[in-house]
Amino acid sequence: MLKFGVPLALFVLLGAFLFIGLQRDPSYVPSPLIGKQAPEFTLPSLQDANYPVASKELLGRPWVLNVWGTWCGGCREEHQTLVAIARTNAVPIIGLNWKDDSAAAQEWLRTLGNPYAVVASDPEGRVAIDWGVYGAPETFLIGPDGKVLFKHIAPMTMEVWTREFLPRIQAASAGAPAPSQG
Amino acid sequence: MTLMQMLRAMVLALVLGAALPVLAIDAERAFEDPALQERYEHINRELRCLVCQNQTIADSNATLAQDLRREVREMITAGKSDEEIRTFMIERYGDFVLYRPRMTPVNFLLWAAPVLLLLLGTFIGLRFIRKQAAQVNDEGPEAGQS
Repeated sequence: MLKFGVPLALFVLLGAFLFIGLQRDPSYVPSPLIGKQAPEFTLPSLQDANYPVASKELLGRPWVLNVWGTWCGGCREEHQTLVAIARTNAVPIIGLNWKDDSAAAQEWLRTLGNPYAVVASDPEGRVAIDWGVYGAPETFLIGPDGKVLFKHIAPMTMEVWTREFLPRIQAASAGAPAPSQG
Repeated sequence: MTLMQMLRAMVLALVLGAALPVLAIDAERAFEDPALQERYEHINRELRCLVCQNQTIADSNATLAQDLRREVREMITAGKSDEEIRTFMIERYGDFVLYRPRMTPVNFLLWAAPVLLLLLGTFIGLRFIRKQAAQVNDEGPEAGQS
């Protein structure tokens, strides 16, 4: 009995490990920023280069940073979802236009709709590096205290939004003084 | 393909393969100073390009790799140490950015696994050999007759 028991147990264990391995996405890199203070930035606004977008001004409420570019297929895919999310007015969505052509990006927002409260322009990709961005689209959730609460890498879907983002936004808002509409 | 052709192709592949690491991916040298250039290339070879995962930023021409090489170049120019540059990358991209993993409590098993597996294998092997030897000894006299 023991003669077969041990190899069988090892086989099952190995099988379990391999099976779990199959479910995992090897391209997913966990962000070391979760739970840490979000990197600060001040960048020119996409719509008006004279108008600076400063992350500090967003302190005190939860907000979302969405990294996108017109060259990014996944961004096109998630765009209507972002527009729909923006309509719910749950949190301000700040865009980070990553290594993009400003004219093309503005045209994109004109034709596809603009879900962003404001879009920061990062043509050199420096702020993106500070945030550990490696593949657009990426979406960060930042708490009222300026800490990164969550990061989603891949196009945003309503399912991800309701499962991962909304509960965290509610929890974060509960701790902070309630915004005007709760 | 004849054997001769195949051999020739293999030799050619070897020669070309050996020549590859010498090619820098940048269009021109990043530094005049050979020592700084050497440091620059050495750091680049240890950092993972995260969009193309199985390449270092020295091998990849993805825009992210270009941007990361620019950061490395600028940090060297600013007089940062190799350790500071590595820390900069880890703070942003996590341990995964390093091609050679650090020894941390989390990935201790990664480093210890080869030794542990070797010990386990030796243990099992020894036990197996002992058992066999014992069996042979037990059956000694009869085994010779069969």
